[in-house]
Amino acid sequence: MRMRSDWWALACGTVTLLLAVACRPVEEKHPRFGSVMPSTATQDTAEAATRAAAKPVSAPAKSPRKTGAQLYPVAPPPFSDGVFPCSDCHGKTDVVNRTPHKVEFHEDIVLHHDEQNRWCLDCHDAQNRDKLHLADGRLIDFTESYRLCGQCHGPTLRNWKAGEHGKRTGSWSGDKQYLLCASCHSPHSPHFKPIKPKPAPRRQEAIR
Amino acid sequence: MRQLPTLPLPAPAPPAEGYSRREALVMGLFALAAAATATGCSAADKLAYEEFVQKHFKDLSPEELKDRLASMEKRYTEQYGKDVHVSATPPQAGVLFGYALDLSRCIGCRRCVYGCVEENNQSRDPQTHWITVLEMDKEEGVNLQNANAFYDHETVPAPGKFYMPVACQHCENPPCVKVCPVQATWKEPDGIVVIDYDWCIGCRNCIAACPYGARRFNWGTPSIPKDELNPNTEYLGNRPRQRGVVEKCSFCLQRVRKGLYPKCVEVCPVGARKFGNLLDPDSEIRYIIENKRVFILKEELNTQPKFFYYYGL
Repeated sequence: MRMRSDWWALACGTVTLLLAVACRPVEEKHPRFGSVMPSTATQDTAEAATRAAAKPVSAPAKSPRKTGAQLYPVAPPPFSDGVFPCSDCHGKTDVVNRTPHKVEFHEDIVLHHDEQNRWCLDCHDAQNRDKLHLADGRLIDFTESYRLCGQCHGPTLRNWKAGEHGKRTGSWSGDKQYLLCASCHSPHSPHFKPIKPKPAPRRQEAIR
Repeated sequence: MRQLPTLPLPAPAPPAEGYSRREALVMGLFALAAAATATGCSAADKLAYEEFVQKHFKDLSPEELKDRLASMEKRYTEQYGKDVHVSATPPQAGVLFGYALDLSRCIGCRRCVYGCVEENNQSRDPQTHWITVLEMDKEEGVNLQNANAFYDHETVPAPGKFYMPVACQHCENPPCVKVCPVQATWKEPDGIVVIDYDWCIGCRNCIAACPYGARRFNWGTPSIPKDELNPNTEYLGNRPRQRGVVEKCSFCLQRVRKGLYPKCVEVCPVGARKFGNLLDPDSEIRYIIENKRVFILKEELNTQPKFFYYYGL
């Protein structure tokens, strides 16, 4: 009997030990670089402290109350000179022909963006020309036009929000400045046009 | 690979008695020279002497570093006729820099090349470019043997071609650092491979060792127009270089250590260049590595670059 209780105690001890080992908090390390962080003697302590805190300096504060404009601070929409506000010409009470047709005005705009299926009033609001509208009719400002583009280009919008699509300027660690889709792609003809490259490097033979 | 035998190098002489052996030797030489010319020691001689006997960047005490920066600022300010600022910003803790480049977007316009030249004070004549943009056939894929850096089209992208800019890959396991006989190049705690231009002896072993052709040698005296010099410089980064030393991309040390994006990221017209902290799980660089088709150049060499090429589309 004495023997059995000894075995029982040993088994209990082993299980407790195993559990303790399994539940130990695992230090978070990047799979590729976490373990090979280079360091000098002077910076060891500072780095260890930072890693122990496990909160990267650049992590943006996540607050659910932030609206689109605060989450994604964008550069101002790239309006052509003197074109905005549109309500200078288009009144709110104007009678509008909502059937797609060729427009006699705004001749500088060439629609080359699924033009077989779309026309002006699919994005611009007929009654309030200073706004755009989503597919469900909700009005949005030009400063949030990425929501409109994202209705069709969902994965691109997702990548844009993450910082993968499009150019980010400002700071890699702090406030980032986003560009609107329309800042780079003309919304009426979004495909990039070829540009002239900067001069080729001089060949080594030519350097004296 | 065969391990090269390591030479038993003599330990550096401790500067206990005021002067190290090197300093004593050089001082003796200077004293001889001064005695020979019998002109005494002018301010320029003093500066030349200081530069000749200065220590390795890592061995400088804070006071010595301050003195070095001040005398450099003085010299560059005189040389370029405008206020040049030289600093030695330390790396931030908890930061490991990484770079990503979207090959499906790059159009080969070389805006990054010339943006880099202006930001980092590269020589205009003889021409030095830290970034090389390679043009390759889409059908063939990445084949460095058939790459062309000298393409000269009217407009880019040329049909059937794609473009791959190459600069220093900031390896975690950098071969250039291993071969430097004087430790004039090393990897900083934030992952940037830097060069102490005043310590470089110009042997070009690092150029031979770099598998990416990223390092440049100043064969001639570099020249930068006075009005084009970027006056915000760093000791280990974009301060004006001298003839006979090696230079290369530093991830725009003078910008990124202050939280800014590198210049090439900001000038890219198609947003193909991405930069961030690899240790920050919310950074765009981590998003790309975790979600996109990423590859590194010459993976088989185990250099472990922190420069990632990817296909965003």
